[in-house]
Amino acid sequence: MTNPHRPLEAEVVERIQESPTIFTLRLRFTDPEQHAAYSFAPGQFNMLYLYGVGEVPISIVSDPEDVHLFDHTIRAVGRVTKGLAQLEAGDRLGIRGPYGRGWPLELAEDRDVMIVTGGLGCAPVVSVINYVMRRREQFRRLVIMQGVKHSDDLIWRSQYTHWSGLPETQVLVAADEGAALWPWHVGHVTDLFDRVEMDFSTAVAMMCGPEGMMRAAIEQLHARGMGEDNLFLSMERSMKCAMGLCGHCQRGGQFVCKDGPVFSYTQVKPLFGVRGF
Amino acid sequence: MQTLLDALREAGYRCVGPQLRDNAIVYDELGDTSQLPQGVRDRQAPGSYRIEIDAGPRHFSWATGPQALKPFLFAPQEILWRAEREPDNTIRFVDTPVSSTPLAVIGVRACDLAALRLQDRHFLEGPFADPHYGARRENLFLVAVHCSHPADTCFCASTGDGPRAEQGFDLALNELDDGYLLQEGSERGAAIAAKLALSPASDAQRDAAEREIEQAAQQQTRALPSRTLRDALFANLSHPRWDDVAERCLSCGNCTSVCPTCFCHSELDDASLDGSQSEHVREWDSCFTAGHSHIHGITLRDDTPKRYRQWLTHKLGSWHDQYGRSGCVGCGRCISWCPVGIDITEEVAAICGENGS
Ligand SMILES: Cc1cc2nc3c(=O)[nH]c(=O)nc-3n(C[C@H](O)[C@H](O)[C@H](O)COP(=O)(O)OP(=O)(O)OC[C@H]3O[C@@H](n4cnc5c(N)ncnc54)[C@H](O)[C@@H]3O)c2cc1C
Ligand code: SF4
Ligand code: SF4
Ligand code: FES
Repeated sequence: MTNPHRPLEAEVVERIQESPTIFTLRLRFTDPEQHAAYSFAPGQFNMLYLYGVGEVPISIVSDPEDVHLFDHTIRAVGRVTKGLAQLEAGDRLGIRGPYGRGWPLELAEDRDVMIVTGGLGCAPVVSVINYVMRRREQFRRLVIMQGVKHSDDLIWRSQYTHWSGLPETQVLVAADEGAALWPWHVGHVTDLFDRVEMDFSTAVAMMCGPEGMMRAAIEQLHARGMGEDNLFLSMERSMKCAMGLCGHCQRGGQFVCKDGPVFSYTQVKPLFGVRGF
Repeated sequence: MQTLLDALREAGYRCVGPQLRDNAIVYDELGDTSQLPQGVRDRQAPGSYRIEIDAGPRHFSWATGPQALKPFLFAPQEILWRAEREPDNTIRFVDTPVSSTPLAVIGVRACDLAALRLQDRHFLEGPFADPHYGARRENLFLVAVHCSHPADTCFCASTGDGPRAEQGFDLALNELDDGYLLQEGSERGAAIAAKLALSPASDAQRDAAEREIEQAAQQQTRALPSRTLRDALFANLSHPRWDDVAERCLSCGNCTSVCPTCFCHSELDDASLDGSQSEHVREWDSCFTAGHSHIHGITLRDDTPKRYRQWLTHKLGSWHDQYGRSGCVGCGRCISWCPVGIDITEEVAAICGENGS
């Protein structure tokens, strides 16, 4: 039996500082054969191991068809992520993955796609936005809704501006607190559903963020006629093993690491919003 | 019994079996039948486990002790892999070998065999089989003893997991006052049995053995409802009893560490002082700890009612979604080893009610 717990060595090829606390690592496995054998789907994640410190789950944000490198966008919050933030090009770390189930991209083909995110560096859906952008003709309208606490928290600001200018694309950004020159809405992102131009009855929605925000968004979408089967959410739970073994990510009968992190709303609905699960 | 131990050792097995240690029956290295707990009885009640000596001839006239198989397969602490850093800062990841000395366990109970089956499903039959557990599991030889002396805390008859050992053993024994009845459960077991000088059992001995198992089932006073409790538990997530049990529960996690089916563990890294290597360690964890559900600067289960509720709704409820059955095999350990004597069967009755609403 090979040891599925053991990471593989990867190398930082490039490091990009996105904001004071958010950075992107562009990585490659040091063994070319391992690199060639590696593939993933948007919405899946890797476990990143910082030497001597530990492992954390982090979504893969790059395009699955980019065979040269894979990217992780990370917010430095604690022991491991602050250590990862210190890495520079040429430094080594451990990677195991990819894990979990990604977004239902086939289901979304030929339909309107809505992306709703809340909070910082909502990396799991950035991969979808990029995926759709690069295959624009396979999808219909794209609506991107992003909410942040403070306007300073928005990363990829120029990207949002760029996307909002593209055809068949609508961008709605909101910050609970705005600063001077904030071009977007001040308030909750869930205030903006009246402005959405999209066929709610057939569109596919993908969301990620605090569960309270997702609950509010789902209510809005329901009210506008979106079916539950077309709603997908990326859930976050404590994770140690990512393989359905350690029990940390259990949510009722689900292991978020292997049954998710992306779930259809019907799968999460029974315990959605119940404190303690 | 001694000839069985000798045959197993000759076949290359390290033998472990029940022994009396610190006033409890624990499994440990067994060289000689004289080490077995002869004439030893246990008396168990909520929050209490006591040993009594009855001077009888038997070696297996007791019920489950604090642990049986779980620590032999799912180690309380072990190194999963090691990272070595070279002077040029490259990192090598190295597998840590799993000791693969074949192990024979003597005196395994039906409830523990059922629990082993669940741990097998968890550690071996998911998308990622665990090689550490797997290596030890492959080399495990099991000698079951059908239960004749359940404790007051046992309720395996109601969960369908005992007292008769039905599956998963290599050999099974009935212990009678005048000797053992031997039953083969696998080819490996038959090969060992072939080396023993056995005489055919009499009808009277067979009847006596049957009667003992039946009596063991009838003696059990506790029970879980035979139906699936998942829906009843999840329909009662705001039952006042959760707060009531939490007033008594210490969140110590003893129930999870003695439970033969609990599988939660944590992972941590232990770097050497000179920085040249770091061990990645797995160790038992419990849903009763605060860290277990910590994300985003919040703890999902920040108080004892939520933690006890997580434990019970998982063990008896959502386990059905994950493994097609309840996670409780009726061994009663969580009742005996709970310092405040919380009784899972009593809590379930209170929460799910007689009418099961
Ligand atoms: C499936 C999945 C995908 C993820 N993808 C990403 C990703 O793409 N990018 C990313 O940056 N993070 C992502 N995360 C979150 C990331 O795993 C955690 O932030 C990380 O484990 C924190 O580890 P640490 O050792 O640095 O912090 P710890 O030492 O564990 O925590 C330090 C402090 O930060 C708090 N904290 C921990 N996590 C977060 C969080 N996510 N947000 C705010 N505060 C937190 C803790 O509560 C604690 O107070 C993902 C998590 C999951 C489960
Ligand atoms: S829940 Fe209690 S009685 Fe059931 S298997 Fe676990 S320790 Fe035994
Ligand atoms: S139920 Fe008993 S053994 Fe379990 S955590 Fe509470 S006090 Fe400890
Ligand atoms: S992270 Fe270990 S079970 Fe999901």
